[in-house]
Amino acid sequence: MKKLINRVEDVVSESIEGLVLANPDLVRYEREPFFVYRASSQTKEKVALVSGGGSGHEPLHGGYVGYGMLDAACPGEIFTSPVPDQIVSAVKKVDHGAGVLLIVKNYTGDVMNFEMAHEILEMEGIKVERVIVSDDVAVEDSLYTTGRRGVGGTVLLEKIVGAAAEEGWDLERVKDLAERVAGRVRSMGLALSSCTVPAKGSPTFALGHDEIELGIGIHGEPGRKRIPKQPADTLTEMLTQPIIDDLALTSGDSVIALVNGMGGTPLMELYIVYRKLEQLLRERGIAIQRNLVGNYITSLEMQGVSITLLKADEEILAFWDLPVHTSALRWGM
Amino acid sequence: MIDTARLKAWLRRYAELIHVHKDELTALDATIGDADHGTNMDRGMQAVLHILGDEEDANENIRPAELLKQVAMVLISKVGGASGPLYGTAFLRMAQAVGEKEQLNEEDIAQMFAAGLNGMKERGKADLGDKTMVDAYARAVSALSSSLAEGFPLKESLAQAISAAKEGSDQTIPLIARKGRASYLGERSRGHRDPGSLSTVYLFEAALVFAGEGEINHA
Ligand SMILES: Nc1ncnc2c1ncn2[C@@H]1O[C@H](COP(=O)(O)OP(=O)(O)O)[C@@H](O)[C@H]1O
Ligand SMILES: [Mg+2]
Repeated sequence: MKKLINRVEDVVSESIEGLVLANPDLVRYEREPFFVYRASSQTKEKVALVSGGGSGHEPLHGGYVGYGMLDAACPGEIFTSPVPDQIVSAVKKVDHGAGVLLIVKNYTGDVMNFEMAHEILEMEGIKVERVIVSDDVAVEDSLYTTGRRGVGGTVLLEKIVGAAAEEGWDLERVKDLAERVAGRVRSMGLALSSCTVPAKGSPTFALGHDEIELGIGIHGEPGRKRIPKQPADTLTEMLTQPIIDDLALTSGDSVIALVNGMGGTPLMELYIVYRKLEQLLRERGIAIQRNLVGNYITSLEMQGVSITLLKADEEILAFWDLPVHTSALRWGM
Repeated sequence: MIDTARLKAWLRRYAELIHVHKDELTALDATIGDADHGTNMDRGMQAVLHILGDEEDANENIRPAELLKQVAMVLISKVGGASGPLYGTAFLRMAQAVGEKEQLNEEDIAQMFAAGLNGMKERGKADLGDKTMVDAYARAVSALSSSLAEGFPLKESLAQAISAAKEGSDQTIPLIARKGRASYLGERSRGHRDPGSLSTVYLFEAALVFAGEGEINHA
């Protein structure tokens, strides 16, 4: 294993220290329990947004703490959900009485740890609601399983719902909007290579030189299918079609599109994917109203890409355009 | 009779087994999960060792329930992932089940493990056959109580529980996962052992110390 790290056990904390040192005007952190929160103290009473999850997905979630997005983020160990202590402390730090929305990606560990934190916070009389993001169409949804994973849709949701909270919406409306966004966003990804979790020291799965893992998540976990390598256009279509089908997108629809790198993919290749995605949607009469292309929710150094489409409407686009100022996403201010 | 000191010996032994098998557990998780089960459990059990204090420490005046509750809180705050809340909730329920008792008899031990199972099932909503730690845990619990009910001594009954747990873990291999991260693999989860089912085997293996066995090797 060759990585720019010091001691394996310090990877997460040293990375967050660096994030905070690089953005002193935006974020601070507390060490015990460990969480990141906005540097500017809140002047107005607003609903606070708290998310968190395993580390290794940078800039998610710490990079999205700041004006117009998250109030706090709880980083877990690499690919391991944060623990209830962290979530409870972060919520208490950023709650100003208007209540807190927890944004949880749908993984068993994340769901259970946030659920335990939620139970503790409710016992202490703090107003808390929870939204679960499960946008990965690679996973078959069924009553008997855990359901779909939460992936790229989380980034779009945090931005849109963060703007509504900043506008002064109350907890109930913020939660409803979050549910509405979660219901209209879908993603799918693929990997050209695996990633190496520092504590393990070797790649999580082995992929041959000409093999591609289709339907991966963001934890270096194997996907649903292994296929021989193909041109970017073919692969882009393989990712896009299931999303279009699942959202039942038709001519005249508008979307926000995210072409996301998994950490080790050149931006050059992400634009090749975006080029084809734009063409596929245009041919079907679907308009990309806004887009993001880059590394927004990663899987360490994995080479790969995911596509996320959010079926947009006027309200969603209006919130999307409102100012945001975080270390990883910034416009309008 | 089993007192707090003996429960501590069980937990020390469990921490040791997890530590020794850490890489094996992580390797199983790499195949159908995210390569962290051994790391997670080892981090948690090392933290548990820390609160157990010195072996020579005669200060064993806390009740079993208090010890089990402390263990639960450590696991909940240190393990993370799915296994943290699952084992954490199991230990919380074990604490409730032993109540005010200072000493636990064989039936108390069986009830303690059964209460842990209920907690784990409530938290994770998994049932037998979902390819999780419940597959090992549930079989161990039924073997333990039926063996005791048939009048076998504790040592024999624990041995039965351990082989039932192992069998439960083996039986996860051909299953398709319906809970946890492995469920995202669908058909591809077939043919691999569930990592959590193996950490549960060690939990029961460590319990042999209740019958005065296997509490050796402290470096
Ligand atoms: N819903 C569930 N109920 C019971 N056990 C589960 C459930 N989900 C996962 N598990 C167990 O947790 C183990 C994985 O633990 P771990 O790797 O530490 O957490 P994570 O899956 O969050 O990475 C699995 O092998 C399985 O035995
Ligand atoms: Mg795992």
